[in-house]
Amino acid sequence: MAAVNESTPGATPDMTPETTAGAGPEATAGSGPETRPGAGSGTADGRAGRVAVAPRARGGLLQSVRDSLVVAQRNLIRMARIPEVVVFGLVQPIMFVVLFSYVFGGAIMVPGQSSADADVYREFLMAGIFAQTVTFATAGAGAGIADDMHKGLIDRFRSLPMARGAVLTGRTLADLVQTALTLVVLAIVAVIVGWRIHDGVPKALAAFGLLLLLGYAFSWIGALIGLSVRTPEAATSGGLIWLFPLTFLSNAFVPSSKMPAFLGHIADWNPFSATVQASRELFGNPEGLVSDAWPMQHPVLASVLWSTLIILVFRTLSVRKYRSATA
Amino acid sequence: MPGAIYAEGLVKTFGDVRALDGVDLDVPEGTVLGLLGPNGAGKTTAVRVLTTLLRPDRGKALVAGVDVLRHPNEVRRSIGLSGQFAAVDEYLTGRENLRMVGRLYQMGGREAKARASELLERFRLTDAADRVAKTYSGGMRRRLDLAAALVVSPPVMFMDEPTTGLDPRNRQALWEVIQELVAGGTTLLLTTQYLEEADHLAHDICVIDHGRVIARGTSDQLKARTGGERVEVVVHERADIPVAEEVLRGFGKGEISVRRHTREVTVPVVGGAKLLAEVIRELDARGVEIDDIGLRRPTLDDVFISLTGHGAEGDGAESDGAEEEVK
Repeated sequence: MAAVNESTPGATPDMTPETTAGAGPEATAGSGPETRPGAGSGTADGRAGRVAVAPRARGGLLQSVRDSLVVAQRNLIRMARIPEVVVFGLVQPIMFVVLFSYVFGGAIMVPGQSSADADVYREFLMAGIFAQTVTFATAGAGAGIADDMHKGLIDRFRSLPMARGAVLTGRTLADLVQTALTLVVLAIVAVIVGWRIHDGVPKALAAFGLLLLLGYAFSWIGALIGLSVRTPEAATSGGLIWLFPLTFLSNAFVPSSKMPAFLGHIADWNPFSATVQASRELFGNPEGLVSDAWPMQHPVLASVLWSTLIILVFRTLSVRKYRSATA
Repeated sequence: MPGAIYAEGLVKTFGDVRALDGVDLDVPEGTVLGLLGPNGAGKTTAVRVLTTLLRPDRGKALVAGVDVLRHPNEVRRSIGLSGQFAAVDEYLTGRENLRMVGRLYQMGGREAKARASELLERFRLTDAADRVAKTYSGGMRRRLDLAAALVVSPPVMFMDEPTTGLDPRNRQALWEVIQELVAGGTTLLLTTQYLEEADHLAHDICVIDHGRVIARGTSDQLKARTGGERVEVVVHERADIPVAEEVLRGFGKGEISVRRHTREVTVPVVGGAKLLAEVIRELDARGVEIDDIGLRRPTLDDVFISLTGHGAEGDGAESDGAEEEVK
């Protein structure tokens, strides 16, 4: 994953920190302090006689990408060392799959079907559970960033000459990897309980792509929450509580046509519903009676637009917040 | 020419608390400034402003000759920060932590790796290098944190209460590292509550309280300001106190103070050790038996109390009246 290696050709040679012992003059920046001899330090390792500034940042997109990947790598290493987090993240969606399909399955009739058929509902349900699961990335990102603030790591990062958004982008990218893993496991469970795709693999992959985009967008909401609260615990609950009304006031579990009219409108325009509807369509799963609302008629486009909008808004707000973050 | 760390009229308010109320600093290159003050005096706020973490409401700051407010990222290339809490990622190994910081200081991959190994050795962490930081002791975490601040051998270092919570042995070890750094030409701003630490490490001391600099100078200058040397005699028999008083009056340059219950007689003097010998001879000639005698110089603690009206670890609440008499 190393994006750029070696000392930078672009930087002035005397700005590269020395890593070998030697009696050479100290490196200094043009704007930095004057070069100063080792002042007879005579320390054991002979290393104390040098000061050096960091190489000049390349700036721009390349540096942002590189720094983000460094931070993402750090978060992925953490994830691998605390697998409980990933495992617990799987328990709830799996529980939902089992509970909803077997407990409610026989009682909820998907409109357009002649009777309440548990198999049909299971197929209808799965896109909803997938979508709900990806939104839980919010809590992970929020808690992770709040924890970094709490431990003083954000201060350290903010004192480094790194790209401004990289700490947050790195975190959300790592969360995206985790979300993808979760989706894979969940899809396997779904297949076991009888869920199938009906319109071919490419469309199914497109659906998973939309789901991941939604998850990525929501992790930026989590980033803002994490930067705004004081403790990781608050970030976890603050990241989850509003997800329940959001995901239930949608077409995820019950077709919106079965809701009271005004709730139905909310559900149709809920950003979350667009992705659910788009996934159903792409998976070839039963859709129920789809309303005439624009997002429900153009769910793929609506899903992409909603997710992009959320990313733009919350990334901007989060990076701004990060710049002035105080633990 | 301003020093390596220069600040002029820094003001920062949080609500109606004036954390910084017009702070000026000037730290010549290659020297150590000890920023001393009770909890809540504004020490950490000053460090946060100078390390680009916090924007002041008013004032100007230059670090390594670069304007902190206008070119923060340029400043970040030249500074190392070790905050109050060891800001290391607990789930990364010591080596991974340092490599990550190196990469984020924009070093190349190989260079960051080499530098990490070098620092691990220097800070006696080689054995623990590949263990996650969670398993480290408090002293080890502190060392790792300091190593992270030194990844580029920055010309300017900021340490916010670096030895808080360390046992005496680790504190001593950290002092040695700091002295080595300074011998190598690093300019250091160090905040501390331990007057002994400032006395030991700092060339200049700046005492702040309620966001204002209330005294500055070398340790000796501050002590001289509080009052010079004094001779302190503890007589064996309480009955000898009047005689001792009489003797000391002959040598003293000020008012004599007597503590009957500890049989202690004290007088300010000028003349040092030679005078002390004369005092002893005179007391002996008069047949006064003494338990203890000594030439006492004020400690920085005395300085602190006389300046602020409360000790370094006080909460500052009772100081309002006392502050006036200093000015």
